[in-house]
Amino acid sequence: MRKILTAGLAVAVLVSAGGCTVERHWGGNTNSGGGGGKAKVGLVTKTDTNPYFVELRAAASAAAQANGADFSALAGQFDGDNDGQVRAIENLMQQGATTILITPSSSTGVLDAIDRARKSGVLVIALDTATEPAEAVDATFATDNFAAGQQQGAYVKAALGGAQPKLFMVDGTAGSTVDTQRHTGFLSGIGLADGAPEIKGATPANGDQSTAQQGVENLLQRTTDINAVYTMNEPMGRGTYAALKARGLTGQIVMGSIDGGCEGVQNVRDGQYAATVMQFPKKMAEQGVLAAVEYAKTGKKPTGFNNTGSVVITNKPMPGVESRNTDWGLQNCWGEK
Amino acid sequence: MSTATVESDRPSVGEFFLRAPAVGPALALVVAVVVFSLSTDTFLNLDNISLVVQQSLVIGTLALGQTLIILTAGIDLANAASMVLATLIMAKLLAGGVSGIFALLLGIVATVLVSGVVGSLVTKVKLPPFIVTLGALTMLTAAGRLFAGGEAVPVADGLLNWLGTRRYLFGGIEITYGMTLALIMYLVMWYALTRTAWGKHVYAVGNAPESARLSGIKVNRTVLSVYLVAGVIFGIAAWQALGRVPNADPNAYQLGNLDSITAVVLGGTSLFGGRGSVLGTMMGALIVAVLRSGLTQLGVDALYQDVATGALVIAAVAVDRLARRQR
Repeated sequence: MRKILTAGLAVAVLVSAGGCTVERHWGGNTNSGGGGGKAKVGLVTKTDTNPYFVELRAAASAAAQANGADFSALAGQFDGDNDGQVRAIENLMQQGATTILITPSSSTGVLDAIDRARKSGVLVIALDTATEPAEAVDATFATDNFAAGQQQGAYVKAALGGAQPKLFMVDGTAGSTVDTQRHTGFLSGIGLADGAPEIKGATPANGDQSTAQQGVENLLQRTTDINAVYTMNEPMGRGTYAALKARGLTGQIVMGSIDGGCEGVQNVRDGQYAATVMQFPKKMAEQGVLAAVEYAKTGKKPTGFNNTGSVVITNKPMPGVESRNTDWGLQNCWGEK
Repeated sequence: MSTATVESDRPSVGEFFLRAPAVGPALALVVAVVVFSLSTDTFLNLDNISLVVQQSLVIGTLALGQTLIILTAGIDLANAASMVLATLIMAKLLAGGVSGIFALLLGIVATVLVSGVVGSLVTKVKLPPFIVTLGALTMLTAAGRLFAGGEAVPVADGLLNWLGTRRYLFGGIEITYGMTLALIMYLVMWYALTRTAWGKHVYAVGNAPESARLSGIKVNRTVLSVYLVAGVIFGIAAWQALGRVPNADPNAYQLGNLDSITAVVLGGTSLFGGRGSVLGTMMGALIVAVLRSGLTQLGVDALYQDVATGALVIAAVAVDRLARRQR
């Protein structure tokens, strides 16, 4: 047995010393685009159960089919699963993907794997969430989240009609890029600074409905003297509404949200909150797939940040804030209608 | 073959699995590799085999420490959270200008401290490991998020990223230092458990603590030593994690604790303590990675992959139970 152990250790040492080894770039696929070949598109989302990513996947799959490209979709197990996303990138490269579309779980977490993919000739496009630095990928197709937050803030400000805001902020996952951009965008839109006395309370709710409800219930123990609520996405908007309703406060409050899911638009129509800001995952996916097909055909790579836009949806339009009503919203929303 | 022969074979098969618990998992691993090699044309190549090993490294290292603890009839639900905290400590120290080697050492000190406290509560205060580590899990997760301010911290340092460094042997075989280190750690732990007095004490303590005590083994000291060794291993897992993903993220590895238990159980180590092996755990970790990779390449939805892994875990525990009953 001692012999086996010694032999094993010797192999291990040999392997790590690895004397005359050659560095080379890893990857099953080394053919870059431009060969007029078939596009092989891989999509990596944060999770595969969230309706938003389900829509993104369905749209990408449909676009790939319409354009004669191969398509496969992988995902992390939970928001923040960088290791799972790295694994997905590696597996897609192994399968010879020519383009990888990715919604990075963290804007910095998967940069190393993206770099390896790009070096082996794979076109990498970020969807929905930009990387830091943005140049880590070839191009980004996403909502300008700062602008979306700003639209929400501007709407809430207009709806308050000159009253001093007394605001609760229901944030997403502390520190996440999208959360930060929407949060600061909202404050810019409503005209407040972080830490302003008008902010009566804030709670992070990780994008989750029940956490948001609980968080707002707790904030309401401190004060019920509020007239405005920021929610970072629609599930948290619903949780917040439940907490406000239990206290009979819904009448005095202007609440806004972001996402444009069909359930969210319906919430606006039902009056749970005044407005939501719609984003367009379908556009992100379609533009990403089209870029992949173009790359396979001609070798031309897309570049930079490509804003897929955001639109305020409300049935109570305010002067100075561009918006669409919920009929339009229900026609253009994503997820189950 | 007559029925009578099959009947008489059964106890000896059970005995066989009891004596060599890594054999079953090794067979399962071979079967999985063969099946995927035949059913896809992308599975069986050197790049992919290397990838599968790299993909199993962090969980494989966590599972190594977990095996030691489970051998003493304990369990550690906080190992991944402790590891994530260590990655954040390493990253933050590095960002603050501390050198890579000190950042690494202090990260490992942190996981050893955590495991030391857990081990003391288990041995001195006699709290159930499940409860202690459940509490620790919650605290450590929160501590990680507080410490990092909720943000992920990129880590660019030669030493801290070293385990992810890729090298190529003989032109084509991709190896990382992380793979080498994991192999060495497994061999060392295998040696320590099977060839030293300490190893025999660990098994004895897990099997029957009272008889172990009566035969002169210092039960508490042995159990505490297991937690401390596991703490070192979890610190090294943090190093592995930064080699794999050079980014310390407070939201990462939320399922790492359960994944490590999965690897241990698939590796044939008994959750009731006293029986099992680290080589089995190595197979267990590889089985999970092989399943994920192979099923992905077959185009099987990730949720069905979870169903398959879960079913395997239940089957592995059932085999353990049956083997014990036949003893």
